[in-house]
Amino acid sequence: MEAFREIILLLAATIRVATPLVLAALAGLFSERSGMIDLGLEGKMLAAAFASAAVAAATGSAWLGLGAGVAAGAALALVIAFACVTHRGNQVVAAMAINIMVAGLAPALALAWFNQGGQTPQLDGPGQRFLGLAWPWSQAARRHPLPGLAYAELLSGHNVIVYFAAALVPASAWVLYRTRFGLRLRAVGENPLAVDTAGISVGALRYQASIISGVLCGVAGTYISTAASAGFVRDMTAGKGYLALAALIFGKWRPYPTLGACLLFAFADAGAARLQGVALPVVGVVPVQFIIALPYILTVLLLAGFVGEAIAPKAIGAPYIKEK
Amino acid sequence: MSAPGRLPRWADYGLLPLLNLCAALLISGLVIRLIGESPWAALKLMAAGAFGAQDSVGYTLFYATDFVFTGLAVAVAVHAGVFNIGGEGQAYIGGLGVGLVGLAFGSWSPWIVVPLGIAAACAFGAAWAFVPAWLQARRGSHIVITTIMFNFIASALMTYLLVNVLIKPGQQSPESREFGPGAVMPSVHQALGMIGIPFAPSPFNLASLLALAACLLVWVFIWRTRWGYALRVFGQNPQAALYAGISPQRTILVSMLISGGLAGCLGVNELMGSEHRILLDFPGGAGFVGIAVALMGRNHPAGILAASLLFGALYQGGSQLAFDMPHVNRDMVVLIQGLVILFCGALENIFRVPLAALLCRAGGSGRT
Amino acid sequence: MEPESPAPEAPGGLPGPALELRAIDKRFGAVHANRAVSLSVARGSIHGLIGENGAGKSTLMNIVYGFHTADSGEIRVNGRRVVIGRPRDSIEAGIGMVHQHFMLVERFTVLENVVLGAEGGSLLGKGLAEARAGLARLGRDYGLDVPLDAETGHLPVGMQQRVEILKALHHRADILILDEPTSVLTPPEADQLFRMLALLRDQGKTVILVTHKLREIMAITDRVTVMRQGAVVHETATRDTTPRALAEQIVGRAVLLRVEKKPARPGPALLEVRNLEVRDRFGVPRVKGATFSLRAGEIVGIAGVSGNGQSELLEALSGIRRPSGGAILLGGRDIAGENVGPRDRRGLGIAHVPEDRLRMGVVGSFSAEDNSILGYEGRPEFSGGGILRRGAIRSGCERKMAAYDIRPPAPRLRITAFSGGNQQKVVMAREIDSKPSVLIVGQPTRGVDIGAIEFIHRRIVELRDAGKAVLVVSVELDEIMGLSDRILVMAGGEFVGEVSGEEANERTLGLMMAGVRGDPRK
Repeated sequence: MEAFREIILLLAATIRVATPLVLAALAGLFSERSGMIDLGLEGKMLAAAFASAAVAAATGSAWLGLGAGVAAGAALALVIAFACVTHRGNQVVAAMAINIMVAGLAPALALAWFNQGGQTPQLDGPGQRFLGLAWPWSQAARRHPLPGLAYAELLSGHNVIVYFAAALVPASAWVLYRTRFGLRLRAVGENPLAVDTAGISVGALRYQASIISGVLCGVAGTYISTAASAGFVRDMTAGKGYLALAALIFGKWRPYPTLGACLLFAFADAGAARLQGVALPVVGVVPVQFIIALPYILTVLLLAGFVGEAIAPKAIGAPYIKEK
Repeated sequence: MSAPGRLPRWADYGLLPLLNLCAALLISGLVIRLIGESPWAALKLMAAGAFGAQDSVGYTLFYATDFVFTGLAVAVAVHAGVFNIGGEGQAYIGGLGVGLVGLAFGSWSPWIVVPLGIAAACAFGAAWAFVPAWLQARRGSHIVITTIMFNFIASALMTYLLVNVLIKPGQQSPESREFGPGAVMPSVHQALGMIGIPFAPSPFNLASLLALAACLLVWVFIWRTRWGYALRVFGQNPQAALYAGISPQRTILVSMLISGGLAGCLGVNELMGSEHRILLDFPGGAGFVGIAVALMGRNHPAGILAASLLFGALYQGGSQLAFDMPHVNRDMVVLIQGLVILFCGALENIFRVPLAALLCRAGGSGRT
Repeated sequence: MEPESPAPEAPGGLPGPALELRAIDKRFGAVHANRAVSLSVARGSIHGLIGENGAGKSTLMNIVYGFHTADSGEIRVNGRRVVIGRPRDSIEAGIGMVHQHFMLVERFTVLENVVLGAEGGSLLGKGLAEARAGLARLGRDYGLDVPLDAETGHLPVGMQQRVEILKALHHRADILILDEPTSVLTPPEADQLFRMLALLRDQGKTVILVTHKLREIMAITDRVTVMRQGAVVHETATRDTTPRALAEQIVGRAVLLRVEKKPARPGPALLEVRNLEVRDRFGVPRVKGATFSLRAGEIVGIAGVSGNGQSELLEALSGIRRPSGGAILLGGRDIAGENVGPRDRRGLGIAHVPEDRLRMGVVGSFSAEDNSILGYEGRPEFSGGGILRRGAIRSGCERKMAAYDIRPPAPRLRITAFSGGNQQKVVMAREIDSKPSVLIVGQPTRGVDIGAIEFIHRRIVELRDAGKAVLVVSVELDEIMGLSDRILVMAGGEFVGEVSGEEANERTLGLMMAGVRGDPRK
């Protein structure tokens, strides 16, 4: 029974770790499907984490914080689109610029505004954070391991952003495959010339995709600072943006497989903490760092075509220039 | 035929980077204003912090040495049309090479150990760059993504090694024991002291000479050897490279091996020159500063040298600034670095195109 | 094949021609691509637009499609003036275009490709269902059967072209422009396409066929307009003209560039090609069973409409592309394998002047002197121990510049700052100076001014007189006839005829180039 309990708690932790990954990976899905390589997930999330925590701390409202986080993510997305679509700048360079800028700007502003060494104040007031929502009877159900504990830990008890992320996966799939916007988005990432000759503006589509990415990164960043933790600290995204990108590649730029990759990576992460020093059958003690590096190693192997094949959107990374 | 606006050399290498830097500084100034401090006062404090005293000059040059290595690393790859964002990881692994030499042979004579350490730094850095390069050349894996992944893999590997293998027994923080006396790169104040010139102590060490040599060697390699020529042909026009019989695979591999080796040399400056032990995350983002330095230095060793000095001054001046202005910290420098990348890289057309038009009009019809 | 029925006169009761262009003018920098072009296309007709490569046909059609914007002039559709600044405007005016390189998303299904841009609402479900029904109808009406749920990239090229046509029709195009539609088709596929076009015409659609193939113009069009050097030079009803007359209009009666040369004294064969086959990346054979020899002291010209395998032949001979079959014998040794790349072939004495100078022959951002060693940078005269001999490169470039009268004589000047003719001289000088035994030249004078043309031709003849073998590929018939001692004609990837330089004339060559097999003199 104890082992069973452990597993459920591990899965619950997986969900919590996976949420920002799912949001960021779907953010990346929209921009990469439009042909813009999205290395800027990290920076957009970090900016949102700071903006939301700062506003939540100042106003006492997590929801206003969310608004600020989304606005910050979208603003940076606009900067990227301005550089890469309007001025045909290098997408990788623009993204690296954003990531580095935010890594500097966020703690600099935090220090100046809150004077706590580059952090925002602890969010402990009522309504400053997104807290878990207890579903009916979840407390009572805990006594029965199955299905009670699973219900209480896996379905109930998460905050609203977790449920949003869960709903976002089918929603993204629906937008991508069932709507006109999705069709055009997929087309512009594959062959912008085809989109242009079909009478559709390539630039407008890429701006839209970029903004969607910024908004979703905004939600992801808000989750990190106001739901998963209680305030902003320096570099708190800690590579999650790149991990989300890896999950997106691992999910072959499709919503459900991307969700699967996020859950896998999150499971490894959640498990790593529990596996510290524990000897597993067959393999023995696995260094926790190996588990941390595993998503990256897997992604490299995938990109090399050693495990499956990841075909990126064809036009990814290239600015659209009409004159041949 | 890549950029829409073509500029004369003086504008391309001088005026444009200067304009970009001004734009970056202007925005940083606005942020400082927003915080409620005076940008002008901040600039003066930074300049004083970077150049005001001998030891601060030493620190500035110490940081600049780091950035020369990582900047050159980025530039060599760029000349071959390859974007190596993995400088951070290659530097980290290069440091492992230096460290292993320092730990194993630290008791030998520095005349042997120091060159050995440099060789190990290059070899380890190059080895870490080899895998993504090989995957790009042979299997078409996107090198930008794989080098990023390799940064994280390097970080995990080094954490593992430092926590489990290299840690000094009986110690809490994940650091190796100190290198033996042979694995110490003499510092500049010691070297100057020996010939009777007093200089304030700082981590500024003779790895800076290695950086200067690297600048020269890169310049010779890129512009004066047939391999550098082939590299540039491939980077500028892959079709022409095919026509000339230049192998794309080999070009990618060669450029990345050199790039990784250069990045690895960061370990020589940081570990042999200053820390004398391996410690967690010692590159501290210098690999990414290399991107800014290469962009601003227009991928030319002379430009990289100048840009490295600028960033060295920013880093040293920035730490000084944090002492004197309670509301400003060193992160402001990271912001400037990001802005430089933005303006010199992604947004360069914003100044380039109007500038080209302006110069074209000023100079009559210009050449066509 | 002949059209089934004559063109009906203006059905539908709309005033004026379906499409009318008035004084369209367009420049790209120094190139005057369209010179006051006027064109009138009758409704319900198939109108041919013919001309050599670079005559301005594609530019004109791209202007009509809103892909480029004209500098001046106006476009009228059904008698009404329309302003076309982007493809959307053109689609709304009822114009559809099938581009030479298909504008399809390879990973999409056929249905997704067809509806792109005309999805019928913000949700796909209903629009796709309607499109599916509509396409079934179009398929029946025009014989355009395509598997709607297949992945487009997996379809054969002919099928992909039908997808493009369906796409245009689904976007409600009344005027259909096809740019070189048969360049990717096999002859049976081309015939099938023509049957479809005839059907479309009979249903009242207007078709503009852009091509450089005479056979197609004669087979399918009602009227034909000939363009040359950016201008319309001739227009006529197809039934009132002959292939011969059109060929003359296409080539023009420009001054025949006779090259002063003594009769050839061919020696032994230096290069022999046997049964060479080259496939493109799709596996389609572009060169089929090419067999010929190049002898010392002769210039062999390859004539042909561009896109008939000449480029692939050149790339296979120079080592850039690996042939899929056959042998290339240099002094008896087969060098067709991949391990004898371009650099090795240069070492063996095969020099190559590529067809597309800017794409392949030079590095645009390099100086003239750096370009003057491209491919030869490893030779002892240019580098030693890996270090480039800057002085020797400079003086070598200066010497070449003097010998080839390259202006300005500035080795450090960026290559793109030179005129086309001087750029080509830099390339010619580089290749000829490498002392080759075999010189392979693609389009020796493309984009080159008259004075430089003569100069370049003289140099090629000098090389021949020095006992070297020269292979020249050119789409300029004058050039081929003026230079060559022997002319091979390529059509559809095969050699379809051979004539000696003295006997050749435009008519015989033109007919062979149009794919008329055998020896037309008989």
